[in-house]
Amino acid sequence: MIEIERLTKRFGPLTAVSDLSLAVGPGEVLGFLGPNGAGKSTTMKMVTGYLAPDQGSVRICGHDIVSDTIAAQKRLGYLPEGAPAYGEMTPRQFLHFIAEVRELAGEAEKAATQRAIAGAELQGVLDQPIETLSKGFRRRVGLAQAILHDPDVLVLDEPTDGLDPNQKHAVRGLIRGMAKNKTIIISTHLLEEVDAICTRAVIIDRGRIVIDATPAELAAKAPSGRLDDVFRQLTTGDTSGAAA
Amino acid sequence: MNALTSVFAREFKSYFATPLAFVFIVIFLFAMGAFTFYLGHFYDNGSADLSVFFGYHPWLYLFLVPALAMRLWAEERRSGTMELLLTLPVPLWATVVGKFLAAWAFAGLALILTFPIWITVNYLGHPDNGVVVASYIGSFLMAGAYLSIGACISSTTNNQVIAFIVSVVVCFLFTISGAPLVLDAFRAWAPLPLVEAVSSFSFITHFASITAGVIDLRDMVFFFSLIALFLFANMLIVDLRKSG
Repeated sequence: MIEIERLTKRFGPLTAVSDLSLAVGPGEVLGFLGPNGAGKSTTMKMVTGYLAPDQGSVRICGHDIVSDTIAAQKRLGYLPEGAPAYGEMTPRQFLHFIAEVRELAGEAEKAATQRAIAGAELQGVLDQPIETLSKGFRRRVGLAQAILHDPDVLVLDEPTDGLDPNQKHAVRGLIRGMAKNKTIIISTHLLEEVDAICTRAVIIDRGRIVIDATPAELAAKAPSGRLDDVFRQLTTGDTSGAAA
Repeated sequence: MNALTSVFAREFKSYFATPLAFVFIVIFLFAMGAFTFYLGHFYDNGSADLSVFFGYHPWLYLFLVPALAMRLWAEERRSGTMELLLTLPVPLWATVVGKFLAAWAFAGLALILTFPIWITVNYLGHPDNGVVVASYIGSFLMAGAYLSIGACISSTTNNQVIAFIVSVVVCFLFTISGAPLVLDAFRAWAPLPLVEAVSSFSFITHFASITAGVIDLRDMVFFFSLIALFLFANMLIVDLRKSG
């Protein structure tokens, strides 16, 4: 469960996120869409406790991310933008470090690691330094790290960026498979992804929500029935309103 | 505490994942030897003590310790792993202290590897081994103080070269704050107590009194409080970044 209330973040004169409210519950896969610079990553950084909001609050399973950070972060799996990882470590060492920090040990660690490795399909590269891996594999290492502790809440910033079509398909399958009892937010540029895995789509522009609907409702907004057209309409100001 | 050891272990191992550890230790030992034997005329002094050897430690640390500390935070910031690290359920103090202790332990390892010179001096004569042990402890504490300065400065930038240069300058000021170069700048206008306060920050003065064989509680307290102060500042700087 993620509860975002009137979240605001300014960087100097620029308001990156403006008065944004959103509640996402278990079983929902929310697609977070918007043009570059719309505030998607900034919102995710605040939801996961990396950035402190200027105003508003975020609660993860009831724990406030600012005042009860550690408890909130324990319930959270996060794939940051660009899937950063320690390049000199191998995926095996990296996942072991994450497991330690997540207080998984012994059998629990073994089971969790196996599940994450299988989910992200990392079997072939476990002992290669992460910096030598391709972009797609690095992304999957980041994904494995995020799902390792089987968190209630997943926040994934562009999880399929840099993956080839087969890998995209696999990662989407993985996300869909986990969706039943988890709360998931993914940000993406790919509108096909919304169709493929999301139960709900939120488009933001200049830090504000311009629409909050199911993918089907969204498609119905355009005469052509294509999500691309709706996206362009909403984020280039062709239509006003439609705010949720 | 568990999280602290995980952060510590990851950081400590990372020194050995690249040639950094090897290069650092070789240069450290080589420089120690070169300074002691060629500049310090260790053999010509004709006395069985290590005062010449320890006398050069502040000057060697001045350049070598910032080289060890510069990557601590700057690299995390550059590679984006800082976002990963700070969204894991680890209290900030544990991250700051764990990273610092890893670097300190590594510096301690390099220091321990200078033991052949201790064997040499025992072979040649009868040094006061109590003084030698005190000096090693003093040297280790001083390395920790330099490291805490370097770690704090590293957290202000994502550029390791800037972190290195600024750390060297700040460490230099602390090293020689008892010397006329610094004191004259204060004498012109500052009241005497302030001049004395500045002069009391001199690493050389505190280290020299330890290498004289007196482990004075005040010198220990000086180094420990300096470490605590800079680690606290380090923590504040990292936390301040959250507000963007």
